Amino acid sequence: FRTKTQNFCRNEYNLTGLCNRSSCPLANSQYATVREEKGRCYLYMKTIERAAFPRRLWERVLLSKNYEKALEEIDENLIYWPRFIRHKCKQRFTKITQYLIRIRKLTLKRQRKLVPLRRKIERREKRREEKALIAAQLDNAIEKELLERLKQDTYGDIYNFPIHAFDKALQQQDAESESESDAEKEEDDDEDMDKREFVEADDSDLSDFEDMDKLETSSEEEAEEEEEVEKKASHSKSKGKTPLKGPARRKRPYIEIEYEKETEPTTKTKAA
Amino acid sequence: AGGGSGPVGSAAEDGGPSAPERVVFPPTFSVSEIKNKQRRHFMFLRWKQQQRKEKLAAKKKRRKEREALGDKAPPKAIPKTIENQRVYDETTVDPNDEEVAFDEATDEFAPYFNRQTVPKILITTSDRPRGRTVRFCEQLSTVIPNSHVYYRRGLALKRIIPQCIARDFTDLIVINEDRKIPNGLVLSHLPDGPTAHFRMSSVRLRKEIKRKGKEPTEHVPEVILNNFTTRLGHSIGRMFASLFPHDPQFIGRQVATFHNQRDYIFFRFHRYIFKSEKKVGIQELGPRFTLKLRSLQKGTFDSKFGEYEWIHKRREMDTSRRKFHL
Repeated sequence: FRTKTQNFCRNEYNLTGLCNRSSCPLANSQYATVREEKGRCYLYMKTIERAAFPRRLWERVLLSKNYEKALEEIDENLIYWPRFIRHKCKQRFTKITQYLIRIRKLTLKRQRKLVPLRRKIERREKRREEKALIAAQLDNAIEKELLERLKQDTYGDIYNFPIHAFDKALQQQDAESESESDAEKEEDDDEDMDKREFVEADDSDLSDFEDMDKLETSSEEEAEEEEEVEKKASHSKSKGKTPLKGPARRKRPYIEIEYEKETEPTTKTKAA
Repeated sequence: AGGGSGPVGSAAEDGGPSAPERVVFPPTFSVSEIKNKQRRHFMFLRWKQQQRKEKLAAKKKRRKEREALGDKAPPKAIPKTIENQRVYDETTVDPNDEEVAFDEATDEFAPYFNRQTVPKILITTSDRPRGRTVRFCEQLSTVIPNSHVYYRRGLALKRIIPQCIARDFTDLIVINEDRKIPNGLVLSHLPDGPTAHFRMSSVRLRKEIKRKGKEPTEHVPEVILNNFTTRLGHSIGRMFASLFPHDPQFIGRQVATFHNQRDYIFFRFHRYIFKSEKKVGIQELGPRFTLKLRSLQKGTFDSKFGEYEWIHKRREMDTSRRKFHL
């Protein structure tokens, strides 16, 4: 068959592989090749005398495993044969032994096993994975699990949230006396102060927000001015400095309104 | 003949797309018996419309009944989901099961759970990893504390395993790569522990996750294992848990989640913050990927002579849509 630059011969007994007058087994009545079968090399010869008997046409000689000995064998079998055929036979034999050696080496190393993918199965798996992802509702599941762990007190004393017991205690003590409630308010203030400090340190870390600057300044102003009025609101706000967009979006309108109220008087005073 | 001529006649009357108000199909009629494709298609559409109308009417009726009954109405039916309809697996683990508890006390993870060993993990890849895999390995090593990434050029796994054991590694993770993306994960518990082979899909690196946050810190994260119900799932879950040190540092507020849903294990890494006692916010950092278990071997990694505890056999195991193994 033809390629851009060369003709190749399809005949299996061809010596060089090219389609030339000198290397065609059909065109030459005296021809020889080296072929290998199951790792052993054979020398095939064709002579004019046997041209009438196609079954006995190609005579086969087993070559020795030893490289040099095999070359000698080729030489003695093809004695008095044209130089070209002898030379090409030896070349072919050399190439064959080289690739046999390489095969043996490779089989000893780890070989990459190719596993064919089945298209239908791949598509099915992909689709199932998507559906499983939707069914999983990962965020909700994780949040639920974390809240569960909080309830079961695995975190110990790190988070001091007003748990139900504390709420009840608060109510009881409110009913009892004011001084104690004041003390608690002070405690709450202290806690808030602690938390605010804690959180503000956090805020300085989360400074790669564009909007966070606005939020920070506004919250600071609020924190200074509205200490005692809305403890719980500010408490939740100051705690709520998460980078999540949902709650931030919810809280931003609330905060922005107050921001406007506060800046207006300040600008007026500045102008005045 | 009567049944055949009836619908033909009505089709001829109507012409193409206009649908009659009430279609009366003879009881022995089936749409698939019409030989003409166009007419068959048309009749099928009409039949479908009729079905939809009937369904809508039934719904309305049910709603009216419900409103009429008011408080005495029966509770709403729970919609059927695949999780509801799941074929009951006989190896589902009961939390109070003694046998399982005994097994767990004596299996290969017992020393970890008794806090005798600290996990030390080696992450490596197949030959010649490409950029994406390399970056994924690095990110994975930041997520899992006490882990090291080593690249190997042509070293046989069987030969590096004894070296790892000698250097006191507890776990080995090999990320297999194909066409420049990671697609497989082999997790092997080293001192002669089980080896799990997963197919990995939808890997997202840190910069591909949409968020404005930061990198994970060095704190030891918490571990959440969701939905590992069967015996097999239980052992896989313990395998995952043994990758992380046993004492999480709650100051770090990081959590690694392995969530099993319909035999797919989703891995996520988040940072959480408690906004109140009933609300928590989570921010995703770290890579994410999904795993599907392919096989579980008893000993360490050995593809030819290993003893397989579980292999996914497609023909036997994928027959039902509601049967899951993990």
